[in-house]
Amino acid sequence: MSEVIVVTSGKGGVGKTTTSANIGTGLAILGKRTVMIDTDIGLRNLDVVMGLENRIVYNLVDVVEGNCRMKQALIRDKRYPNLYLLPSAQTRDKSAVNPEQMMKLVEDLQDDFDYILLDCPAGIEQGFKNAVAGADRALVVTTPEVSAIRDADRIIGLLDAGQMRSIHLIVNRVRHDMVRRGDMMSVDDVMDILAVPLIGAVPDDEAIVISTNQGEPLAGTDTAAGQAFLDICRRLLGEDVPLTLPNVSYGLLGRLAGLLKRA
Amino acid sequence: MRGRRTAVLRKKRSGAIAARRLKFLLTADQTGIPPEVLAMLRGDICRVISRYVDVDASGMELRVRCSHGESPGEETADSPAVLYTAIPVRNLRLKGTIT
Repeated sequence: MSEVIVVTSGKGGVGKTTTSANIGTGLAILGKRTVMIDTDIGLRNLDVVMGLENRIVYNLVDVVEGNCRMKQALIRDKRYPNLYLLPSAQTRDKSAVNPEQMMKLVEDLQDDFDYILLDCPAGIEQGFKNAVAGADRALVVTTPEVSAIRDADRIIGLLDAGQMRSIHLIVNRVRHDMVRRGDMMSVDDVMDILAVPLIGAVPDDEAIVISTNQGEPLAGTDTAAGQAFLDICRRLLGEDVPLTLPNVSYGLLGRLAGLLKRA
Repeated sequence: MRGRRTAVLRKKRSGAIAARRLKFLLTADQTGIPPEVLAMLRGDICRVISRYVDVDASGMELRVRCSHGESPGEETADSPAVLYTAIPVRNLRLKGTIT
């Protein structure tokens, strides 16, 4: 039996897809058979972030409608032996699938994988309901901004009402330098406001932009964000990894401060 | 130069402003009480308390917690929503109202 995790946020643009890609990659690196499902029908993106866009033949809707077998639609990521992607359809919309069909789809994958990771679309409509339907646990991604946190709170309320068994928070794009000078809410502030346990904080890291440009997820690489994502994966597996505040250096002074801190 | 500097220092840091605005906003979202009414409730509570002790109204927190994370409107008789407030006190010495 596999664990089914949905990555959601409410607001768009906070890093759901990047988070999904990197957690999927991280779990595969840690030896877990992992499949990532892009549930954003009509706005397919997980494939490009993963750099697998040229290998799509069939998609999620094809599987649901019986146009192909599951095995034909799954793309194996050749860089990681345990990692697969089920891409979304680009030419359809959210109404092409319903929650019952999503639950059936997830059920069909249960025997072959340790982790099933659902990348949820933004919003609280049909697409969200589809993605959440078959999930055992939810990771709510937010950034330390008022709009993202407000939407995360709404999503948490909906997940609670839908009896989601486990909800954890990921605070993305934390700027340590801004937090230090008081111009950004700290991870503690966000946790206090949302009252949901934290599973990890990810620093705002240029390396993410570069990794997305190249279509190569950075989980496990020697970057601040890459390490943060791998730490989240370890915590998902139940390892006790201390929650450290992400520390990316911006400019010379920041780098010096970082060095001093490490010493 | 000096005037500008102290103005910058006196200005509250934007991170704290964001946190305060959010707490207020989420309370309004969760309870369905319009922000305007919530502001009045806040003001009234502050006024009453400050009759007795010296409080810092800008640091006041007002939140509604639904037990077991239930959403508002789903409260039951044994687990009603709870409204709670925390107000920083500047001076705990009682004011001269009780004379």
